[in-house]
Amino acid sequence: MTTYRFLVNGGPVEVDVPGMRRLLDVLREDLGLTGTKEGCGEGECGACAVLLDGQLVDACLVPVCQADGGIVRTVEGLARRAAGDASLDDLQAAFLETGAAQCGICTPGMLMAARAYLDAGGGPDEDGIREAIAGNLCRCTGYTKIVDAIARVAGTVA
Amino acid sequence: MPAEPPIETPRQLSDAYALLAGGPWTPIAGGTDLMVRITGELGPIPERVLDVSRIDALAGITLEAGSLVLGARTTYTEIRRSTLCREHLPALVEAAATIGAAAIQNRGTLGGNIANASPAGDTLPVLLAADAEIVLGSHREERGVAAADFFTGYRTTALAPDELILRVRIPLPAGRELRFRKVGTRRAQAISKVVLAVAWRDHGPAAGWSDVRVALGSVAATPIRARATEADLEGARPTPEVADRAAETLAGEISPIDDVRSTAEYRRMVAGRILHRILRDAGGW
Amino acid sequence: MTSPRAGRALIAPPPRRSAPDALVVAPGQVMPGRAAAFPLRREGPAKLTGEAKYADDLVFPGAWYGATIRSTEAHARLLAVTLDPEVDWSSAVVVTAADIPGQNIVASIKSDQPVLVPIGGEILHHAEPVALIAAPDRETLRRLKGHLKLVTDPLPPVFDPLASDHVFAAYRIERGDVAAGLADADFVLEGEYRVGHQEQLYIENNAMIAVPEADGGVAVHGSMQCPYYVHGALMKALALSPEAARVVQAETGGGFGGKEEYPSILAIHAALLARRAGKPVRMIYDRHEDLAATTKRHPAIVRHKTGVKRDGTLVAQDIEIVMDGGAYCTLTPVVLSRGALHAAGPYRCPNVRIVARATRTNTPPNGAFRGFGAPQTEFAAETHVNRLADALSLTPLEMRLRNVYREGDVTPTGQVLRESVAGEEVLRRAAAAAEFETLRERTKRARAERAGSTTVPTGALRTEAARKAPGIGLALAWHGAGFTGSGEVHLASVASVELTAEGRVVVLIASTEMGQGTNTIFPMMVAAALGITADEVEMAPVDTALVPNSGPTVASRTAMVVGGLCIGAARRLRQAVEARNGDRPFAEVYRADAAANGATRIDERFEPYPGEPFDDATYTGDAYPAFGWAAAVAAVDVDLDTGEVRVRDVVAVDDVGRVIHPILCEGQVEGGTLQAGGYATIEEIKLADGRYLNDRLATYLIPTSLDAPRISTILVEAPFSGAPHGAKGVGELPMDVGAPAVVAAIHDAVGVWIQQLPATPERILAALHPGSGGPAS
Repeated sequence: MTTYRFLVNGGPVEVDVPGMRRLLDVLREDLGLTGTKEGCGEGECGACAVLLDGQLVDACLVPVCQADGGIVRTVEGLARRAAGDASLDDLQAAFLETGAAQCGICTPGMLMAARAYLDAGGGPDEDGIREAIAGNLCRCTGYTKIVDAIARVAGTVA
Repeated sequence: MPAEPPIETPRQLSDAYALLAGGPWTPIAGGTDLMVRITGELGPIPERVLDVSRIDALAGITLEAGSLVLGARTTYTEIRRSTLCREHLPALVEAAATIGAAAIQNRGTLGGNIANASPAGDTLPVLLAADAEIVLGSHREERGVAAADFFTGYRTTALAPDELILRVRIPLPAGRELRFRKVGTRRAQAISKVVLAVAWRDHGPAAGWSDVRVALGSVAATPIRARATEADLEGARPTPEVADRAAETLAGEISPIDDVRSTAEYRRMVAGRILHRILRDAGGW
Repeated sequence: MTSPRAGRALIAPPPRRSAPDALVVAPGQVMPGRAAAFPLRREGPAKLTGEAKYADDLVFPGAWYGATIRSTEAHARLLAVTLDPEVDWSSAVVVTAADIPGQNIVASIKSDQPVLVPIGGEILHHAEPVALIAAPDRETLRRLKGHLKLVTDPLPPVFDPLASDHVFAAYRIERGDVAAGLADADFVLEGEYRVGHQEQLYIENNAMIAVPEADGGVAVHGSMQCPYYVHGALMKALALSPEAARVVQAETGGGFGGKEEYPSILAIHAALLARRAGKPVRMIYDRHEDLAATTKRHPAIVRHKTGVKRDGTLVAQDIEIVMDGGAYCTLTPVVLSRGALHAAGPYRCPNVRIVARATRTNTPPNGAFRGFGAPQTEFAAETHVNRLADALSLTPLEMRLRNVYREGDVTPTGQVLRESVAGEEVLRRAAAAAEFETLRERTKRARAERAGSTTVPTGALRTEAARKAPGIGLALAWHGAGFTGSGEVHLASVASVELTAEGRVVVLIASTEMGQGTNTIFPMMVAAALGITADEVEMAPVDTALVPNSGPTVASRTAMVVGGLCIGAARRLRQAVEARNGDRPFAEVYRADAAANGATRIDERFEPYPGEPFDDATYTGDAYPAFGWAAAVAAVDVDLDTGEVRVRDVVAVDDVGRVIHPILCEGQVEGGTLQAGGYATIEEIKLADGRYLNDRLATYLIPTSLDAPRISTILVEAPFSGAPHGAKGVGELPMDVGAPAVVAAIHDAVGVWIQQLPATPERILAALHPGSGGPAS
């Protein structure tokens, strides 16, 4: 066992676990952050997507030793947490208003994919958005309102 | 929660070599193949895993003496963003863009695609068609193996147990054209049904093509060069008659199989057709 | 295609409204007389922040982990279950059929499926559960699983449903004289249509956690659509009283029917292990197990022989259906029933015969999946109607306008369609919004250009000048709302609305939220009936210890049937409270009333809808209280090199009776349309020796965002007077119509009819180049 140290949603964490433990399992079980979901364990569905050093990754494919010293962001870190007020960020609010979340199981990964796209300067063009979320499977929505929500936020960014 | 074999993360190549010299390790770079295998219990669990993701010597994309050199742990995203790749080897950029989707491209590596040696590996036909050299290293020596000689059997390579893939060297001869096409079940996150790369050097409308390479994946146990088809095209111009004959030759020289993704007959037909399309586009008819 | 929201003029004149107050609702538009704004999804913020707790997110300290040992053969006699004596089993528990305290039966329509195959019993399908094992940690579980062996004697399997003589269910629907009708026809067309398995592919796998209670009872928490199905199954297998079995629905990540009946099996398994171990036991399937072992859509073979007049009028339909039920009966009789009842399509025809049977094969049992038999038979019906139109040189629109049901028409079971008939309206709106006739002219010109341009005839290995061909296709469907026939009467659902002693208004139902919006529309409906705001109405947790049995969350019945019950209960609550408060409005007095009088709970029991009763013996009468209607126009591009199909745009028009929440309703249409698109194109399951080869997410493929078309939705309202709000249901309607629209578009593009789903590139190229050695079908 080795101790791995990294940042999660801005706060430092320290875990004493086998290096080959999946980042997904560290987040969900060792850190109790169950917002990130397991849909397939094969890197096909994107339900476990998080940001690692600013890049979208499938947490089911990342051994925790490779997150050592890194910066991890999960869905729990999106909402504004100022003075105890957990209001939704612009992307979450857009998802809520447009109806982009139905059963919600793909939503955390989908939000992280959208976040990565917007943080990298992605625009409101449909092709760009669809490509950015192509690794996040959704069975409920047909993707229509998800694309609308992301485009809405992309369009408001200067 | 899947099995969690022990893992070491050397920071220097020499440390990795020393570990490898002491017995078999299963290397991991981006994990997009190995982690799937471990979680899915697809085969025996590795006894110990060698994390190469922090070794600087395996990173980087450079131009050296007329060749494009990519470190083994170059990710597909890095390939797509690299001005050197976009300028000198756009077919590789195209191939990288067809693999998985954003999260996979951010982690999956060229070295991993090569080491995994899947017959469906999407970059592999590009490497074969471009006469790439795979550079291997161990505590003993560094050596180069032509991509065409690297894939020795189903998911088997010329890599010795104590060797790592260091980099890929891709020559960039003047006037070489390289085309790529992948046919998959859907537009992202799809293992190919057929994947094709074609290279040639064009010497003008009065001369035939030279240095023709036709490489395919998903039509054999390894990625292959279609030698008879190459011979058909060598010295020829891309006319309708030449394209028809080359497509026939290609369909005849490959032996694809029926599997969960597609059928032998479809693969055979589509391989011929997408070659025909490339030749049609090149010939402008 | 123009989005209907772009405000372009309709090509066709606006159709006659199907009901005086029918409206076309533009999503996001505030309707006069309705609530000022539509509430946001009730549990949306929790889902968006990661706070919502799905089954695997729940923590039960000290919980063990459970796994299922399954057959690797399709048909065999089970001789023994052996535990390797060299291994230490003391830290685990193993459960076999002998350990089942109640009946070794999964409660369902028939009692044919065991919870676990008993020693000496017959294994009937690959992945059939034989034993269960639980251990304190996953490493121990993983290690021990490999040391438990099944000793079996193989038996000959049957894989062809046509060859199987074990019939789960059979129906015959007959009206008029089919032979005479065929003889009278100007033209007769035959066709055979085949559809394969489809996996529901909820992104959250099946999951259950069972917690043993000190008194011998058990509480099961998990992902499910029907808590009372699970409750009944636990009672039967564990010999528990109704109070001793408790079922609690966790946030559920999609169901689509795949969590209708299957969860009962998983819940029993978890409960058996929990009682043996004396610990909570988590049984969370991974994707591979879920794909390999759980229920799928029934494959079907549907044969049509249809007689028409030269002008396209249908005069006779002779239809044969064979469905593959898999190894056990499960819900097959009802799937077959719905399939048969919809098989003739939404068309008037005086002479109809539908003969349907479902047989057993040695494959994993098939079960509920959105549409429930209708997508299969309506694919066949619609493709056949499109082929008829083609043969008669009528447009697909003309063919349908000539035959589509109108108010007063009679269905094959003799049901008079008295009201709420919007087939023609949805058809015309879809054709207009999609500019169907204009685009058909365009694709016809594209075909002509292609045919004229090639100097050398194309061959199997030769491309043509064009890279792709555009096509446009149309389909129409109907879908009966609620349970078939006397199903709702037998369910005898109860829903409750309570004004609690603390002055809160709570809705108590067993309907589950799985993304479709239950938790949002029920407060809206109840609040409207009480004259308060939706925010003031709470949904009770779906826990069988708390809520009555309002029936399963299936069959597009939630808004119509359960919603109707809740509106009824709310109205009675309002009357009761207002009456004892000087007739002042409920909104003003309810909190004070609760403080003064304590709780008031109103239970509303289902009463049969008006109409003719359904006779199960003769299959005559009113099969459903009302029908929903849907039309879809799909625009595709077919890649001429590879046969790949790209569905670019779909216009989906759905009549749902009454739109309660436009955004949620649209969401159902969009999701259902894409699921139908996947069914049509890329969702394929191949089998070998009765085992699914597509048993990982790398091999069972659903559409990604790049594969999904642009979907434009138009919601139409033809209210049903039997429901207090007029709503008829939306969940399944879009699933019936998408696939035939895509297949019609493929024909429009490249001139071949693909009569088998999925319409894969392999099938398309083989149809374009027959005799080149490709697959025959």
